[in-house]
Amino acid sequence: MNAPVKIETTLKDWETDQEVRWCPGCGDYAILKAVQRTLPQLGADPANTVFISGIGCSSRFPYYIESYGFHTIHGRAPAFATGAKLANPDLDVWLVTGDGDGLSIGGNHLMHVLRRNVNMQIMLFNNEIYGLTKGQASPTSREGTKSPSTPIGSYDHPARPAAFALGSGARFIGRGFDVSKHLPDVLKAAHAHKGAAFIEIFQNCIVYNKDVFNDFAAPKGAEDRQLWLENGKPMLFAGDTKGIALNRETLSLEVVDVTDGDWEAAGVIVHDVTNRSVAHMLIEMPFGPFPMALGVLYDDPRPTFEDAVIEERKKASEGKEANLAKLLGKGQTWTVSGTAQDPV
Amino acid sequence: MATAAPSDADRPHSGLPASPEAVVVRFAGDSGDGMQLTGGQFTLSTALAGNDLATFPDFPAEIRAPQGTLFGVSAFQINFGSREINTAGDAPDVLVAMNPAALKVNIAALKPGGLIIADTGAFTKRNLDKAHYDANPLEDGSLAKFDVLAFDISEKTIEAVKPFGLGNKDALRSKNMWTLGLALWMFDRPRDPIHDWLKAKFKSKPDIADANIAALDAGHAYGETAELAGPLKQVHIDPTPSAPGLYRTVTGAEAVSLGLVAGAQLAELPMFFGGYPITPASAILHHLARLKEFGVTTFQAEDEIAAICAAIGASYAGQLGVTSSSGPGIALKTEAIGLGIMTELPLVIVNSQRGGPSTGLPTKTEQSDLYQAVYGRNGDAPMPVIAARSPSDAFEVAIEACRIATQYMTPVMLLTDGYIANAAEPWKVPNPADFEPFPAQFLTEPRGEELLPYKRDEKGARPWIKPGTPGMMHRIGGIEKHELTGNIDYSPDNHQRMTDLRKAKVDNIAVPDQDVCLGETSGKLAVVGWGSTYGPIHRAVDNCRANGMDVSHIHVRHIWPMPKNLGDLLRGFDHVLVPEMNTGQFKTVLRDQFLVDAQPLTKTSGQPFQIAELEREIGKFFDDIPGNEGGQVPANDQQLPSTDGGAK
Repeated sequence: MNAPVKIETTLKDWETDQEVRWCPGCGDYAILKAVQRTLPQLGADPANTVFISGIGCSSRFPYYIESYGFHTIHGRAPAFATGAKLANPDLDVWLVTGDGDGLSIGGNHLMHVLRRNVNMQIMLFNNEIYGLTKGQASPTSREGTKSPSTPIGSYDHPARPAAFALGSGARFIGRGFDVSKHLPDVLKAAHAHKGAAFIEIFQNCIVYNKDVFNDFAAPKGAEDRQLWLENGKPMLFAGDTKGIALNRETLSLEVVDVTDGDWEAAGVIVHDVTNRSVAHMLIEMPFGPFPMALGVLYDDPRPTFEDAVIEERKKASEGKEANLAKLLGKGQTWTVSGTAQDPV
Repeated sequence: MATAAPSDADRPHSGLPASPEAVVVRFAGDSGDGMQLTGGQFTLSTALAGNDLATFPDFPAEIRAPQGTLFGVSAFQINFGSREINTAGDAPDVLVAMNPAALKVNIAALKPGGLIIADTGAFTKRNLDKAHYDANPLEDGSLAKFDVLAFDISEKTIEAVKPFGLGNKDALRSKNMWTLGLALWMFDRPRDPIHDWLKAKFKSKPDIADANIAALDAGHAYGETAELAGPLKQVHIDPTPSAPGLYRTVTGAEAVSLGLVAGAQLAELPMFFGGYPITPASAILHHLARLKEFGVTTFQAEDEIAAICAAIGASYAGQLGVTSSSGPGIALKTEAIGLGIMTELPLVIVNSQRGGPSTGLPTKTEQSDLYQAVYGRNGDAPMPVIAARSPSDAFEVAIEACRIATQYMTPVMLLTDGYIANAAEPWKVPNPADFEPFPAQFLTEPRGEELLPYKRDEKGARPWIKPGTPGMMHRIGGIEKHELTGNIDYSPDNHQRMTDLRKAKVDNIAVPDQDVCLGETSGKLAVVGWGSTYGPIHRAVDNCRANGMDVSHIHVRHIWPMPKNLGDLLRGFDHVLVPEMNTGQFKTVLRDQFLVDAQPLTKTSGQPFQIAELEREIGKFFDDIPGNEGGQVPANDQQLPSTDGGAK
């Protein structure tokens, strides 16, 4: 794989001439802008960048980015992206999916692209609802969600995207939300990670699930409800007056008060992005008693699938000649003579 | 086979003639007895002896069905001769039965007067019970109309391998080699290639190799001795006259794999193969997985859907995407095929058809996915479909599929079936240089002022633009798109035009004119086939013509679009009979496309057509031929009667 050449672009260079067709006020606009703002900072080359999506509101994303784009079928984007990456590992692939596309119809493919560790950024826009089909409960909808398909309230337990990703073997898990100013930083970290980087982006569906994330995403009091994680930094929030510590008796996380900034005395954990056990606890941390864990929760790269495929093909081809004529005449053969004919 | 060999009446209980034109042998045993291996090696030795041949492996879906049971019987039939062989043969001349169940399942097929070779060592009370025999058929006279050669193969094998210190259980594993040795002697075949093969196969276990060789040699020696005693005769079959050249045996799965590699080379593209395990298509994945040095990437996906989607993703990125499956898997791939049609990307989809619907008969053959191939998608989604007629034909057909896919920017479905996939036949090794290359073209800069990813060429194909190409960024997807820019466009006129353009592109694919492979180009009866019915139709038509019937054989490779002259050709015949292994699917397509009165002749028993049953049906059209019973030309759709006497 060649080292990517950094290209100078501006946000404008990443805008297409297509009319954006999301509902006015949709969180997708903010995510689109965050991505368009991030790509120039990465030095990304539009000609080498591919956005691949499935079906749903989020999956219209590729039409609005001036790069290569493939709007595929419901749930299958990871499989298309895997094929494209194996055919050309140099492509910089971004996958765009949603909670329905990625965790319901496409849950299987999402699992496998993560466990195989195909190098790409996977953005799952989680709005906890089916938007494009007019508001049915989705696999991430909270229990009791009233929708056209669940008029009395849903009763199935929601899937947890980041936990699903970690369980599937993802080596990078990031979290952000549509209007957060930190989202580009999460995207940049995901891009820097070589392998499948999973980013759960909470996204506000203003028509069918309005403000469902306001409990932690609303600007007012955000400090108290958001834990922005940074590698090597203590897990502090609420203006550094609170932190996350490990209760050594129950082996679970707890919120502790930090006085006079002495977080060490309070036992606050320093975030180590390579610690899978802590990542698991942060992902499972119930919102309410705890803040919402955001930022880079886990980042511990390992060799990618496409590198393994290339390596295997190289090894398998070593010392072998790609001679089709010889291949066709392989095995136990016999010659019928008559007029002389050279064996091919 | 049916007519060329001496008629049954000539040789009741006389065994095989010393020098027949063709012989049919069926090896049958328990699925653990290694009958497929025995058959495969016998095939190889037969090919090396220069005989034309056709094989029919017939095995259960279960890997190791309970030992000794009727449903656990595995069989391998081979028809070989000194003349051209078209099918694996209607009825065996020789049946090798390794246990009572194998005898019970296969005895009905054996020719009267045919030879049974049975292992008495396996005809125990327990095995007889499992096969539902009340009495031992080898002893109760029920096999009186056959020649029976029964002896204790098990014991003789144990004896032969005794010096190698194997336990009885391990020793008995060489039973198939003992049997193969006897068969090699019977048909005057050299043992050396099998010795070499055994040594290579058991390279790391020389003891096992030696034991198997000893068993093989002992079987061979037994033949020599038994001949002296009388009941067994050696049979010699002359080599088949064939065109000079280098030959090998090839199965359909091998030929498809090799054809795909050749097709990718002719298109000057690396190949990406996305597959998921399914019977009987997996063999293609297995073959290609070992051909990485040819620029082949194989990807075993998480499911059938991912397999095709990854292949489309690879085509999008500039490789030749290929996927392969069988009916149920193709059903799962259907939505993605639609996307391939909509985004107009090259893709080859191989369907090794099997008995359906649903899981159906995984290891048995059928041609019942024709509607699925031609019509089975949502929306107006035209797709080229081509069919291989024999294992070796699959090579050329695979190349043709690659050509159409890359030249016309479209998914193409290649139909084979369980019979073609597994059956082997001799193949004159082609020279790749004889095939016209069709290098794929990628668009690297706009053709005019503006980039128009859907602007078509004179063939109606849109340009192929690889991501990674500077200045050519664009978006594609499954939503209806503008006829030039490819941007989303739902407008009524545009959808009408795009539907028309997609249809016209496929309709106008250049396919060769239909030829008549046997007989005149007009006349009383055309027998029209497609796919693996080629062999039996060809032989049956040949035999009927020899009996003075005005019948021609037309075999269609291009199922969709069809050759332009096919309608006129069919209208030149008084009758059109379409034998196929389904309930009349191709017949419907022919009627629909050409308004011809195509009459179906159908069979869905999971078994290929027999030559005799086709001759009988063809004969019904000819009252005036001496010696032919003639009969009523069927007025309506007819299906061959069920072979087991079940409900009709």
